[in-house]
Amino acid sequence: MNLRSSVDIISEWDIVAARQLGRNEAKDVGFGTVDQARITTAISELARNIYLYAEKGNIEIKQISEGNLKGLLVIASDKGPGIADVRKAMEDGYTTSGGLGAGLPGVKRLMDDFKIETVVDEGTVITATKWMR
Amino acid sequence: MPQEFKKQYKEILEKYILRQTEHNLYEGQNISRQLIQKNISPEEVISIHKASLEEIMSDLPEEVWHSFDLLIEVMVRYGLALKEHQTLIQKQQNIKMEMELAANVQQTLLKTKVPNLVDLDIGMISVPAKEMNGDYTHFLHDSTHVGIAVADVIGKGIPAALCMSMIKYGMDSLDGAETNPVIVLDVINRIVEKSVSDSMFISMFYGKYDTSKSEFTYASAGHEPPLFYCSESSSFSELQAKGLLLGVIPNVKYEQHSIALKKGDFVVMMTDGVTECRSKEGFIEQQTIMDIIENVKDQCAQEMVEYVFHKLEELQDFEQRDDFTLVIFKKV
Repeated sequence: MNLRSSVDIISEWDIVAARQLGRNEAKDVGFGTVDQARITTAISELARNIYLYAEKGNIEIKQISEGNLKGLLVIASDKGPGIADVRKAMEDGYTTSGGLGAGLPGVKRLMDDFKIETVVDEGTVITATKWMR
Repeated sequence: MPQEFKKQYKEILEKYILRQTEHNLYEGQNISRQLIQKNISPEEVISIHKASLEEIMSDLPEEVWHSFDLLIEVMVRYGLALKEHQTLIQKQQNIKMEMELAANVQQTLLKTKVPNLVDLDIGMISVPAKEMNGDYTHFLHDSTHVGIAVADVIGKGIPAALCMSMIKYGMDSLDGAETNPVIVLDVINRIVEKSVSDSMFISMFYGKYDTSKSEFTYASAGHEPPLFYCSESSSFSELQAKGLLLGVIPNVKYEQHSIALKKGDFVVMMTDGVTECRSKEGFIEQQTIMDIIENVKDQCAQEMVEYVFHKLEELQDFEQRDDFTLVIFKKV
């Protein structure tokens, strides 16, 4: 099982397309309504970050499995400005969230695994996985 | 894990749909407490509600079920905000604990022993407004002299406390209790001027009591003037001494004065936390402070300072705005 699909994020409407793709895949894997909403919210947040800060980027969604465990992998990549202070960006209450629980810490909470690779002036790749329980 | 609550919730919901009593609502409140304790997020609760309702009233129109999916989507962010809130509270608790530790370290570091003398009764109290104290008191003494430093960093909290540590090391570098107040202030001023940023100011009073002459010699670097109580005339006066705040410029000429202490006379040294006490009506008058002190002038110096603190605390409705330090030297 190695189904890949992706959406380019250029305009705000692409956020909706990425969500749709994520929801379809999540449903297909077998996630329940609550987890579908969580995955979609995470995708929304990642796509929005691309749209707001990098202008152009891509959301890739992949069904994965490990033994009996099934899951969904979300890869958000862009060639934007990168994140200068990752630790700060991952901090709760940091400006992007402002107590609304969103931003990258929100994505990390919504998903099970979260990895961020970023180089200033080159771009950012965020990989997030949700496993089905 | 939410499954265990599902059964409970379904029962409550079933009862409530049947009879809308306060009792049934109360049970709903109680389960919400458990849900929060178990970290069940809002979106999960709605999902439990939806699933329970599906079992109780499966014949509801399709549209109703769709509406729950929208609600779940909306509540995901509330769940996130809640979790963030929880971590921030945890963080705040950690910071508070660290502050308490730091305050302990500071207390140990700045600890000063009130000397015991035959002819001079000394009382001291120093209470910080926040965890860390920006007031500083330090005693030096030998067989015939007692030196007393009272300093106040303009500002409160951690920056003020860090600054205090520097004064302490300055004081430790002094030779002994015999050193004249102007020299003490001169030394400390040079240290502070060199090491503290321009935006930080420290006021300091230094007094020295000479037991052989029953004489109190003092100098001040822009500090609150002490009150002198003359027992013979039963009157207070301020001990004025001109001098610039510490750390402004390296070479400052401080004034030095002396007074003789007779039996029953006492000197009250303080920080602006004492003189700038505020009640609902505004600043507490100096006269009020004098009256309070005079009420207890016959008690021992330690009882006096504690009495004054509690009285002023009362007048301020127990809301302490600034670090509070009071030292009394009383000739016996």
